[in-house]
Amino acid sequence: MDIGGINPAILIASLMVASVPIMLAAIGELVVEKAGVLNLGVEGMMIIGAICGFVLAVYSGSAVMGFVGGALGGAVLSLVFGLLTQFMLTNQVATGLALTLFGQGLSSMIGQGYNGIKPPATTALPLGPLAEIPVLGTILFRHDWMVYTSILIIAAVWAVLKYTRTGLILRAVGESHDAAHALGYKVVRIRIFAILFGGAMAGLGGAYVSLVRVPQWTDGITAGAGWIALAIVVFASWRPWRVLIGAYLFGGITVLQLNLQAAGAAIPVEYLSMSPYLITILVLVIMSSGRGKAALNAPAALGQNFHASR
Amino acid sequence: MLRLEKRPSPSRTWAWATPVLAVVLTMIAGGIMFAALGKDPVEAIRTIFWDPLFNPQFASYSRPQLLVKAGPLILIAVGLSLGFRAGIWNIGAEGQYIMGAIFAAGVGLALYPVETRWVFPLMVVAGIFGGWLWAMIPAVLKTRFNTNEILVSLLLVYVAQNILASMSLGLLRNPEGGGFPGSRNLSQIPAMANPELIAGTGMHWGVVAAFVVVIAAYVLLQRHILGYHIKLAGQAPRAARFAGVNPTRLTVLCMGISGALAGMAGMFEVTGPAGQISIDFNTGYGFTAIIVAFLGRLNPIGILLAGLLMALTYIGGELASFMLSLPSAAIQAFQGMLLFFLLAVDLLTNYRIRLKKREIA
Repeated sequence: MDIGGINPAILIASLMVASVPIMLAAIGELVVEKAGVLNLGVEGMMIIGAICGFVLAVYSGSAVMGFVGGALGGAVLSLVFGLLTQFMLTNQVATGLALTLFGQGLSSMIGQGYNGIKPPATTALPLGPLAEIPVLGTILFRHDWMVYTSILIIAAVWAVLKYTRTGLILRAVGESHDAAHALGYKVVRIRIFAILFGGAMAGLGGAYVSLVRVPQWTDGITAGAGWIALAIVVFASWRPWRVLIGAYLFGGITVLQLNLQAAGAAIPVEYLSMSPYLITILVLVIMSSGRGKAALNAPAALGQNFHASR
Repeated sequence: MLRLEKRPSPSRTWAWATPVLAVVLTMIAGGIMFAALGKDPVEAIRTIFWDPLFNPQFASYSRPQLLVKAGPLILIAVGLSLGFRAGIWNIGAEGQYIMGAIFAAGVGLALYPVETRWVFPLMVVAGIFGGWLWAMIPAVLKTRFNTNEILVSLLLVYVAQNILASMSLGLLRNPEGGGFPGSRNLSQIPAMANPELIAGTGMHWGVVAAFVVVIAAYVLLQRHILGYHIKLAGQAPRAARFAGVNPTRLTVLCMGISGALAGMAGMFEVTGPAGQISIDFNTGYGFTAIIVAFLGRLNPIGILLAGLLMALTYIGGELASFMLSLPSAAIQAFQGMLLFFLLAVDLLTNYRIRLKKREIA
């Protein structure tokens, strides 16, 4: 069953894989923004995660170690952002940009000599008979374990934010840091932990790009996925499950345009490759205007620095 | 226990001293990074900052390069700084730079065999228009639909890069180029070239434009009501609104100016140093200009100096990768590090650091 040379079941299956990096990065950034911090360095943390994960996976010969390394790399870089914005009170927008610029330079520096190497494979989760179901098995049950982990992470973030005390405190810090401070919560400490989580998730997403999606190392490998992740947080109006929807939407567009390229569609390749970015912009416009009003749901203290003067 | 105490007003001394301090700190941290790469840190720093200017062997080649590289950086950074001051974040200058070059080259090549020198000014206008148009997309989306201009302007960079690839492979490809990607070499066509004006200095029309823009921006910020509005909107948005500053107009103006200047920079680059539209035409000036703008403390004169310094790191970085086989990406990391230090030491401008006993808050 092919439509225009594209098999829909395989298309949906590869959509799930394609959306993992942006989903992870976006859910991390969602937590960061819920704590009232705007970290625009997602792209930088992703690419550092991509190279750290790649290097570690190649050395250890294990993809699991690669993902651990990616998360660590992203978290360490995000700590730089945390120290600067939380203790040195730097402008969050500018610091995030610096993080991206620095991350891109550093990653291609570390990545010297890693071009053309193949990383160890990430294994599929053995789901036994489930994988044998026609169509549905192909779509849902033949993926590597990271695909399922990423969905579990979304569920965990949703549950923590909605049902736990930790989530409540995190949201309080993001809505009004002065009130949270007055109640005795350590605003800076909580935000640092949120930033670290965001960095680890972005690094994990980056590692998925270099270990599974591509799988090899080239400079600038993340190609703007971090920025799309930032846009998805707005699209999701800061709600975890909508991050999943957003990521699938963009994963779908990416996969579709790649398939159209492969199928030799009449549209030139360059116009197909720019489509995910254009559609991201379009979605941002729809969500920010009119009845979407995503901005209304934004954490009230987003992007503001906290300095306890009293 | 260290405590921060807000200064009643920003320190003037530190405002000038912080960029210098940041450069020194970056040199130290960069030295450590180079040492970690197994290079002699002192030699690496000297190769980057000293040799391009004073080494008898290379200086004659690399000194003119200073203006060639600083020109576009200054042009773009001055434009960006106006928006940054007003709290309008155009970070997609790279895309506007590409579109300026494409529009200019498109107009030039459409008139191709025409010999008159009027083609060049026409191309300048086209370049400005291209950059302006590309910046108007995030500006209008921001003012009409309240869309985040940071994300839109940045995402448009990737779109512009794809358009660039499409142009150099398709519409603007040199018909006599034997099928290779890339346009005709504009710097070889007398009617369209942006030549070196004074031999051996690297001075071309783009550098002249950069100097003019620095002066114009200085006057705008110091003497013109629009400059006052820009500063007011950045420092006290509420007060600005009460004073009758129209945020929509300000956004459109700041984005427009920065886009136009970035487009202009792209135009001068494609007709001069780069010479042609090709897939790898853009080299990151639009992003480095963000660092330049901050290093210059968003002040036109400061940006002039910062642009020259940043150009030096580009040339020195090339020299170091050639002489010491330092990876060329190291210099990009070095530049990013500079921005970190710059933002960090800026703390000293607005806060005092006091030693204080720990107490219960």
